[in-house]
Amino acid sequence: MPLARGLLFVLLLLAAVVLQVTFFGYFSYDGVVPNLVLLVVVAAGLTRGPELAALLGFVGGMAIDLVPPADNVAGRWALALVVVGYLAGRVRQDASRSTLVALGTVAASSFVATSLFALSGMLLRDPAIPVAEALRVIPVALAYDLLLAPFVLPPAMRMFRRVRPHQVAY
Amino acid sequence: MRNPRRRTSRSLFAVLVLASLTAITVDYQGGKESPLEPARDALGTFLGPVQEATAVVARPLQEVPGFFESNKALRDDLTRLQAENANLRSQLATTSELRYRAAELDGLLRASKSSDLALVPARVVTMGPGQSFSRTVTIDAGTSSGINPDMTVLNNDGLVGRVVRATRGSATVLLLVDQESVVGARLGSNAEVGFLRGRGTVDGDGRLDLDLVDNVETPGKDDVVVTFGSRNGSPYVPGIPIGTVEAVFSSPREQAKHAVIDPFVDFSSLDLVGVVVNADTKGDRPLIEAGDLPAGDAATGKED
Repeated sequence: MPLARGLLFVLLLLAAVVLQVTFFGYFSYDGVVPNLVLLVVVAAGLTRGPELAALLGFVGGMAIDLVPPADNVAGRWALALVVVGYLAGRVRQDASRSTLVALGTVAASSFVATSLFALSGMLLRDPAIPVAEALRVIPVALAYDLLLAPFVLPPAMRMFRRVRPHQVAY
Repeated sequence: MRNPRRRTSRSLFAVLVLASLTAITVDYQGGKESPLEPARDALGTFLGPVQEATAVVARPLQEVPGFFESNKALRDDLTRLQAENANLRSQLATTSELRYRAAELDGLLRASKSSDLALVPARVVTMGPGQSFSRTVTIDAGTSSGINPDMTVLNNDGLVGRVVRATRGSATVLLLVDQESVVGARLGSNAEVGFLRGRGTVDGDGRLDLDLVDNVETPGKDDVVVTFGSRNGSPYVPGIPIGTVEAVFSSPREQAKHAVIDPFVDFSSLDLVGVVVNADTKGDRPLIEAGDLPAGDAATGKED
């Protein structure tokens, strides 16, 4: 069964990437679209903890890096989303069912992910992003992610709770 | 007092971070021959049809906000457009002589340079996310239609960009407004040469920066900028209109003058584009020959 679950998660992430660049490309605000992969990774972190979230962050990030029309050095989104998955997984223990915590996690994750991506771009000069441009895009991306969170997080979290390996009851 | 579960999650995290860094290093060093390039190609080929189908669903939905446009807004539009029309009519009357000469010169240019060029029609399928800080789009035609990297892409308004990567059924286009995009440009009025750079924004106020090589002549406002062209027309064929001069700056510190260009193309709503190919290209879609662009061409169907 782990194989089937893995396949399901990979398909989910690919669907998120396609929707993000194709569907939401038509509803972008100055080119900025909601980062659906990030929302899926945060949902995994909140329900299943850091391991799965970081793993999904890596796979989803590589998908964003490789699916056309991406033109950046591969691995940059992967790095950003691995960190986000790990961080989102850390919050879960105390209060994963609170809406406010979930929204706060999305906001923080969006900020961390876009900033990390911009930083790696500045280091690699791929392209050399001016700080002003990064500061303009990060809040827009954060707002758009928060806007979409109520529609994406609950079904994704429900799915992650349901599709899990059997555990010994405690 | 660490629990083992926490330790495994830490080591997995470390492994994944290292994997990402490895991917970055390999792809950065590899450049065009990067080992990740086949993965890009495969994903593009595999997801191309899915992306096209999604675009077909999304395109009509884009019109929805228009339904809520009020009567007043439409009336305002009408008045504005009528004024603009009258303005353009008067301009047309005064410049017919110039237009005639320009048409003659155009014909000459076409005969000498671009008689062996043709366009492959394509539609924009995906747009790169703004969070990635690079302005790229995917079009629904690829190597099977004769499209290869470093080809010029334009639409009926002017220059759009160039192809950077092509799979069988799709191609990635780097837009003119991307920060990495540099185009050799020439001013229409005095044939002065400069380099045009994007600013990375696509919205209505998306502008380009033109650094002129020569400091002698000052470009006038509303001068038209066209492509300068490269060797063998790759990546840019000469004479494609890009935009008009909006403002000119010169500082005593810098040697050259600097102009801000308002592009003709609206990069936030790209749809139908054409890729410049050789006229003898054999592909799976019909070519539009340069020079005789019929209105509402049968090959493109939805020319607007």
